[in-house]
Amino acid sequence: MTRRTLAVVSAGLSQPSSTRLLADQLAAAARDELVRRGDEVELRVVELRDHAHDVVNNLLTGFPSTELRAALDAVTGADGVVAVTPIFNASYNGLFKSFFDVVDAQALVDRPVLIGATGGTARHSLALEHAVRPMFGYLRAVVLPTSVFAAPEDWSGGTAEGALRARIQRAGRELADQVDRRPPAAGPADPFALTTDFAQLLGGRED
Amino acid sequence: MQFGVFTVGDVTVDPTTGREPTEHERIKAMVAIALKAEEVGLDVFATGEHHNRPFVPSSPTTMLGHIAARTERLLLSTSTTLITTNDPVKIAEDYAMLQHLADGRVDLMMGRGNTGPVYPWFGQDIRNGIRLAVENYELLHRLWREDVVDWQGKFRTPLQSFTSTPRPLEGVPPFVWHGSIRSPEIAEQAAYYGDGFFANHIFWPKEHTQRMVGLYRQRFAHYGHGSPEQAIVGLGGQVFMRRNSQDAVREFRPYFDNAPVYGHGPSLEEFTRETPLTVGSPQQVIDRTLGFREYVGDYQRQLFLLDHAGLPLKTVLEQLDLLGEEVVPVLRKEFDALRPAHVPVAPTHASLVAARDAADRAATGAADAGDLAGAGAEGRR
Repeated sequence: MTRRTLAVVSAGLSQPSSTRLLADQLAAAARDELVRRGDEVELRVVELRDHAHDVVNNLLTGFPSTELRAALDAVTGADGVVAVTPIFNASYNGLFKSFFDVVDAQALVDRPVLIGATGGTARHSLALEHAVRPMFGYLRAVVLPTSVFAAPEDWSGGTAEGALRARIQRAGRELADQVDRRPPAAGPADPFALTTDFAQLLGGRED
Repeated sequence: MQFGVFTVGDVTVDPTTGREPTEHERIKAMVAIALKAEEVGLDVFATGEHHNRPFVPSSPTTMLGHIAARTERLLLSTSTTLITTNDPVKIAEDYAMLQHLADGRVDLMMGRGNTGPVYPWFGQDIRNGIRLAVENYELLHRLWREDVVDWQGKFRTPLQSFTSTPRPLEGVPPFVWHGSIRSPEIAEQAAYYGDGFFANHIFWPKEHTQRMVGLYRQRFAHYGHGSPEQAIVGLGGQVFMRRNSQDAVREFRPYFDNAPVYGHGPSLEEFTRETPLTVGSPQQVIDRTLGFREYVGDYQRQLFLLDHAGLPLKTVLEQLDLLGEEVVPVLRKEFDALRPAHVPVAPTHASLVAARDAADRAATGAADAGDLAGAGAEGRR
């Protein structure tokens, strides 16, 4: 049995929030699939609303508070990430972007990420493809082929067997597949680790 | 242990009056702070170097030379000297000249500078920051130790048969610290040369300092300069004091809230918790500062930042009075009592000359008698 962790990032602002609801359903689908394959799975939920002030403070001061550090470590140290944002003005909301702006640019390389979004109308759905997916592409994360958008009509039409449900299941399986292919995450990288020695530095061979 | 102040040299509006000092006032205030530091019994004054507004200290050796002429005992240093954008040849000459004028009361701290646009003003590129720091310092190190240097590198024109003048005072270069907030390469550089490492230790969580100093100590031993606890460590610190801690908080808050760097971000209380900033009574500053050694070990130099964010000169001088009268005497006694005998104090010109002479005698003795080798070499760096 392999121990796996999934970080569940929700940028929903209201409480309760449909963004969080979608994030929980996506995480549950991935977890259930991993458990079915014999893994032990821990979900680490990061409600960005709880860290909103700390995220701004990090942007200003250059370092995270103790609480935000724990949230960042939960995300960068996970085997897979579920990241869900409400769509504002045809893109992720500012809190979602600001949070990932303070994640180290190398921290999510090759990390499986399942992206999801909610919005007031289905016409926002492609924001996942033109905004959220490229951002994780820049971070060189492995963004799953299936992204999941939930509009108001998705919540209202029969939850058990609807189209949204099917997409959630498929996305969860894709995340489980990608997590399964990788060795367990080593935890967050150490930014203070020395990766060179002075002979190399003097020879102009740092990096 | 050495205690002192370091200044960034920012020109900032006093948020309580709306008044911005002129550059002239700020420069004179920095000098007044240095003179006061000596008067109240501190050991070190260090100035930053900047070439962009809102900062004034672009020419540290001019300022330090002036202060040298007006002080007797104060050690003059930098925080930091830009090893990336300055020509190492000019650093070698300027600081050797200062060392002569100040009769050896000079050391300096190397830093890279973190403002991208400044680099091209001096013909450089911030993306080469670490490489510049490494190559330029290697050259500087040689220029102070070899009379005639032939040299070729990537970032400046080659040197042929060059002698940097004047030669260092009594043939002993100024002691060098390397400052960095979070670049392990710089801790490695300091360790390689057996130089000092200075952790900025303001505006950042103590974990940065702890990790960087830990790495430096470990690599200092790796390169054979002594045991990890014998490495030469300096720390920054940021304080604001009044006899009554509530008064300190009340008076400092508007400066904190509007300060460059961290203003309009975390609250004073959050920042005090997350960074080494201490706002309170002299006793609170004593307690917090003594706590630093719990996560960096016994260290050699403590510099405080007192004069930023638009604090008026009068207030800063009052801070220096409190530091000199109530805080530093206690810290000096406590730290000295806690420091084990095998942990050295910070090098001075006199101690470096003595170590050099002892090493020379040992070498001569070894050549003459063969059985006295190594007697005086210990502690040389």
